[in-house]
Formats: sequence, structure tokens, C-alpha cells
Amino acid sequence: MKFFSSYQSGFNSFFVEIGEMGNFTGRYFRELFSRPFEFREFLKQCYQMGNKSLLLVSVTGFILGLVFTLQSRPTLMEFGAVSWMPSMISISIVREIGPVIIALICAGRIGSSIGAELGSMKVTEQIDAMEVSGTNPFKFLVVTRILAATCMLPILVIIGDFVALIGSAIIENTKGDVSFLLYFNQVFEALEFTDLIPATIKTFFFGFAIGLVGCFKGYNSKKGTAGVGKASNSAVVFTSMLLFVLDFIAVFITDIFYN
Amino acid sequence: MEKKPVIEISHLYKSFGTVDVLKDFNLNLFEGENLVLMGKSGSGKSVMIKCLVGLMEVDKGSIKVLGKDISKLRQNELDELRTDIGFLFQGSALYDSMTVRENLEFPLRRHSHDTEKETKALVEEALENVGLPDTIDLMPAELSGGMQRRIALARALILKPKIIIYDEPTTGLDPITAKEIILLMMNIQEKYATSSLIITHDVDCARVISNRMILLLDGKDYAEGSFNDLAKSDDPKIKAFFK
Repeated sequence: MKFFSSYQSGFNSFFVEIGEMGNFTGRYFRELFSRPFEFREFLKQCYQMGNKSLLLVSVTGFILGLVFTLQSRPTLMEFGAVSWMPSMISISIVREIGPVIIALICAGRIGSSIGAELGSMKVTEQIDAMEVSGTNPFKFLVVTRILAATCMLPILVIIGDFVALIGSAIIENTKGDVSFLLYFNQVFEALEFTDLIPATIKTFFFGFAIGLVGCFKGYNSKKGTAGVGKASNSAVVFTSMLLFVLDFIAVFITDIFYN
Repeated sequence: MEKKPVIEISHLYKSFGTVDVLKDFNLNLFEGENLVLMGKSGSGKSVMIKCLVGLMEVDKGSIKVLGKDISKLRQNELDELRTDIGFLFQGSALYDSMTVRENLEFPLRRHSHDTEKETKALVEEALENVGLPDTIDLMPAELSGGMQRRIALARALILKPKIIIYDEPTTGLDPITAKEIILLMMNIQEKYATSSLIITHDVDCARVISNRMILLLDGKDYAEGSFNDLAKSDDPKIKAFFK
């Protein structure tokens, strides 16, 4: 009986949180289109999220390209299909692996940082201080961060994908004697708009999810400094799970439209 | 001439679940007055001031600030009213991702139409007032607790508010720094003729700064009077505050 009641309360709090997140999302859209627009803060957040994640995303993308090519090469050689390498790598990276891996990296980098920053602002009364000074903290802190994450993630994914392809081209060049020009010619021949557009559209949703969950967890953090750690941690965990759900939905919808 | 009340709180009730924090609480702050509200930790002092500035909704009762009932104001009207209230938070609450300059410019950029030059002059004047002109480009983390409190005071004053609310202004400071903060508060009151509501449990602070005191006990305004009157009281509950 005790076992069932603990599960029941777990389910209840999960659905309460989903409901609260729904309200939070609704408030975001209401505040997004109302004046004043915090343009300076939005640009600052774009810089913080974009520029400061660039190195991490580039290194991750580069290693992803290297490893993916190294791992695929023996199998393709076995089937005498090594010439398909650029097409296979580019389609896999652009359609699926690039967006998901880079979004997960950004969930760790951006989501946790938003959760921790807003959480510590909440427990040290900085959000109250902002409100008392006659500024809408939701607009200044939340709207700008969610919007910046939504705008920056597609750019980071495009850069990450490109760097991954460079990594792959280096392996192909050193191990298979394929020139960079030939490699990228094959990449661009293989890629179609039906690969690029749905993959790019879903990254806007990934960025939105990262910003939304990070802000929601941080803005509603409680119980002092322990709450800040919890907000940051649960922002990453919840966002990672949400990214896979969103990815499944995106792939499902793409499949309906394009196949 | 009788002084006008700038804050009128009447029959205020606030509870959290089954815990009644404020029960029929009343307070009036008059123009140019330094009113000290004293109470034990957890007696509801901070809840009361959060209700006062609209950070928390009240269950029952009315709060009028500068003649306006805050529960009847729209968000933009409340934001406008808040520019007349300076608030010094217990932990200073400086924005730690901004420099001292940006902390002080933050309210100005939102609520005044000053030019860059005027904004700069106001920030420098505010820092001069609190005796920390050299900290302008430092981050809050680079300042001591006392310095942070002074900068927070400069930020609370920058829009030249009519009312200042101090939430435990000397808590967590050493006795010398606490005295400096008290002197600073008195200088500011003299210079800008503000009305001050000081929430504290520091008896020394209350003795030096108060014109009048209210003791908060069991969620009610238990006793009211000057520091000397209350300190001489025979009521054991009042005596306990001054031990």
C-alpha cells in the first residue's frame, strides 16, 4: 500500500510540475510580445550562450566526426562501400546525430548555467530586488534567455555539423586518400533540402526546450543553496529527456511529410 | 501641522497553509519619520514588508502606500509606485553578474530619461554618498559584506525615493561596520528627508535611529511607542526584546 502511495504522490507531483511548466510557457509567450523589449539583455545572452559555447560545440563536433568515420570505415570496407562514406556520414550527422549530440551538450552547458544563475538569483533575493525596482524580472531574465537559446542553438548546430564533417574529411583524407574537395563534393551531392530543413527546424525547438526548462527550474528554485544545485541538475536531466521526446516527434512528423 | 502617513497598513492577515504569520497587523509610517519594526526571527517582519511592496499577496486587510491601495493597482501602476520606494535587502541582493556601475544604472535606465552623462553623474553622486567612489568598476563578489550593503543602499537611493525600507540593515555585519551603516542611514534621512521603515532585531540600531517603534509579536503589532518608553515597560513580553 505504502509502495503505491509513494508512486501516486510521485505521479501527482510530476503532473503538477508539467502544469506549472505549461503556465510558465504561456506567460513566456504573453511577455514575449509585450513591451518593453529587453534587446540589450537579449544580445548579451546570445553572446553568452553562442560565443561561449562555440569552443565546446566545435571540439565535440570535431571528435564526433573523427570517431564516427573511424568506427564506420571497417564495416563499409567489408562491404566494399567505402565510397559511400561522405554521403552516409553527412546525412547521419546533419539529420540526426549532430542536432541531438550538440543539443545534449548545450543542455549541459546552457541549461545548467541558466538553472544555476536564476536559482542563485532567486535565493539571494536578486529577483525580488529587480521586481521592487519596478522591472519585470520575468521579461528581463526569462524571456531574453529562452529567446537567446532558441536563436543560438540552430547556429551552434550548423557550426557543429560543419566541424564534424571537417573531422570526418580529415580521417578520409589520411586513411583513404580522399581529397577535401572530393569529400565535400560528395557531401553536397548527398544532402538535400529535405535533410537540412527539418533538421534545422527541430533545433529551434531544442533551443526553446533548453532555455525553457533551465529558466523554469531556476526561477522556481527553493530551499536555499541546495535548491540551486537541484535546479541546475534537474534542468539538465529534464531537458535531456525532453530533447529525445522532441526528436522523436520531429522525426515522426518529418516521416509523414517527406516519405 | 500634522504629518501625513506615507504607509498605512490596516488589519493585515497573511498565512502559509495552517500557519498564521500576520494576524490583524496595523502600521502607519508618517512623512519624514524613522519607524523601527522589531520582532523575533520568524515573527513575520520580512513577510510584512514583502506584502508591502507587492512581492506577496495578502490574505486580508489593506495596504496603502502614498495614498494608493496596492491591491487595486495594475502592474504598470505598481511598478511606477515602486520607484518611490527604496528597498535595502537583508543580503544586499546586488546583481552579481553586473559591476557596481551597472547595478546602480539598472533602475535609472528603466525609470528615468537621463542622458548618458546625467546617468554617470547620478551614479557617481550615489557612490560618493555612501563613501565608495572607487568601487565603480568592481564586481559585487570583490566587495566586503559592509561595502555590499553600502552599494545596495546607493542603489536603493538612486531614484530619490520618498520611502526607504531597510530589511535587517545591520545583520551579519561586525559592530563597527554596523555603526557605519547606521550613521549612513541617518545621514541619508537628513539629506533626502525620506521616510524610513527599518526592520531589525538589533537593539542598538533601534535606539540610535528610531523616532518610534512597533513591536511585532504573534503576528500582531503588540506595542508601540518611543524607544525609551518601550525599554522602560514592565510588560515581560516587551522586556524580552530589550534584554
